[in-house]
Amino acid sequence: MQNLMDRLRFHWGLGAVAALLPLSLIVIVVFLFISAWPAIKFNGLGFLIHNSWNLGNMYADPITVHGTEVLPRANYGVLFLIVGTLLTALIALVLAVPMGVYAAIFLAEGLGGWTRAVGSFLVELLAAVPSVVYGLWGYLVLIPFLGKEVFPWLEHTFGSFIPVFRGPVGSGYGLLTASIVLGFMVVPLITASLRDAIVATPAALREAGASLGASRMEVVRRIIMPGQKQLLIGVSILALGRALGETMAVLMVSGNALNSLPGNIYDPVSTMASFIASQLDSAMQDPTGMAVNALAEIALLLMVISILVNAAARGLLWLSGNRT
Amino acid sequence: MKEMTARQHTQTKIKLFAISPLRRMVDALTWGLAAVSFAILAFVLLHILVYVFIKGLPALNLKIFTEDTQGIAGGLRNALLGSLVLSGFALAIAVPIGVSAGVYLSEHGEGWIGKISRFLSDVLVGVPSVVLGYFGYITLVIGFGWKFSLLAGSITLAILMLPYIARTSEMALRAVPQSFREAAYGLGCSEWRLIWQVLLPAARIPILTGVLMALAIALGETAPLLYTAGWSNYLWTGHFTHEGVGYLTYVIWSFIGEPYESAHQLAYAAAFLITGMVLMINISARLLLLTWRR
Repeated sequence: MQNLMDRLRFHWGLGAVAALLPLSLIVIVVFLFISAWPAIKFNGLGFLIHNSWNLGNMYADPITVHGTEVLPRANYGVLFLIVGTLLTALIALVLAVPMGVYAAIFLAEGLGGWTRAVGSFLVELLAAVPSVVYGLWGYLVLIPFLGKEVFPWLEHTFGSFIPVFRGPVGSGYGLLTASIVLGFMVVPLITASLRDAIVATPAALREAGASLGASRMEVVRRIIMPGQKQLLIGVSILALGRALGETMAVLMVSGNALNSLPGNIYDPVSTMASFIASQLDSAMQDPTGMAVNALAEIALLLMVISILVNAAARGLLWLSGNRT
Repeated sequence: MKEMTARQHTQTKIKLFAISPLRRMVDALTWGLAAVSFAILAFVLLHILVYVFIKGLPALNLKIFTEDTQGIAGGLRNALLGSLVLSGFALAIAVPIGVSAGVYLSEHGEGWIGKISRFLSDVLVGVPSVVLGYFGYITLVIGFGWKFSLLAGSITLAILMLPYIARTSEMALRAVPQSFREAAYGLGCSEWRLIWQVLLPAARIPILTGVLMALAIALGETAPLLYTAGWSNYLWTGHFTHEGVGYLTYVIWSFIGEPYESAHQLAYAAAFLITGMVLMINISARLLLLTWRR
């Protein structure tokens, strides 16, 4: 009996400590919601559809609107952040998916043994480089290169017939730069899972393909890759989720636009994550606290989007029998 | 004469089965794209590493390690130790909880509680780190009134590390053969004893690898610390609350934007130190796992 009690106590104790993990997610959502609630009431739907982030007149006395104390002319509309976040992440994905897939094919089919191990390690290290180091590299290397060499060339070559490639090309800070950096940051996720899947393909499938006269690449293209569609979609959505939430690298290369939508792929943008990081300093100056609440609303929105994106990805991966 | 015709015959037959030029071209194109994609990724990684190395190495000197930051000059002693202390306390919080969660999920995780926990843990990995930082700000910094402090920063980092540690521990424990458990129970071990003396020792290397990877992530983070740890020009004095802590990634972000060369030099040195540490941890974790598997 004593023994049984001990066992139960141990079991429940272990469970309670383990429960802290899922609990922390729930606590985060609840507290963000509580903190954001005054802003949600004050902003209404305008939060999502207006380009008007304005803390109001810091030197004037707060006024009362619908029972909430705010600064005069305070207004919080973050459409430009939603657009910036989705655009940077989607363009990053457009760059990262093909590159990730082909690199995975090269690692799985072109290399083997220790060369594959080293090659894979190099690609996976791309995910280990700290975000702020990407920011530094982007700021010092990529921006001058893109702004002076690549963007003028893109404008010159495609600008005449593709509207979004039309200038002005600016100085290098902007949408495409942020997307390129994000693309490199999320590509290892795609490459690693796909490489493992290709390597793990049953030999019988390859042999069947070869016996039909298919070359090695034809086996990959026609037999192996079609079977990995679900996995590819799953990890791509996972990569999208990661790109949506990246902060420091984007903060340092995106140009941090305020209240404006990008007109072409070179224009400055802001993302929700980078905006939270860059604006909290000034939001703290708001004596009514509404600016901090509005930032909490952005954080909540970003969190909800990330959770939805991640849940979708996990669901797909679970269906395809992978738990990455 | 007869032989010749036979050979000619086989040659025409082979021609029938030969790969058409179009198929050859598509094949070559795919190989080319694959090689170029890999080459671009490898080049970018090496470029980042070499660039940080070239910029950072000349910026390193004894002052970096012996002096604290003064405004935008001086050394990085406070930030270097701050980074280590922040991540160290985060580890101290995250490892017991994360490994416990891993044990629970691996040993009792078959039911619906396990499934939901696993799903929530996977979702927690996807929560942007800046959101965690903001959560830390409104609850720990403002709510508890801790101000910018070591504890606020470490707890926020710990939340960030938790799902990684839980995941790798769970996988490591699952990989321990079932016969180990049967043998232990057969000898009359309690579950506590089984976990503590059989399962954890058997899975210690993969668990340690996961912890190391989580440490590397925490060391390189900036966004969750900006509004929880704050910044300080002084060495950490041992206070857990009400006192900001400096850390290396902050130096990179904030000093590179200053118009002074001394600030840039500090940013390069900080980038070198943090990239070097993250790289070392990654390589040693890899090697550890490799030698253990062998």
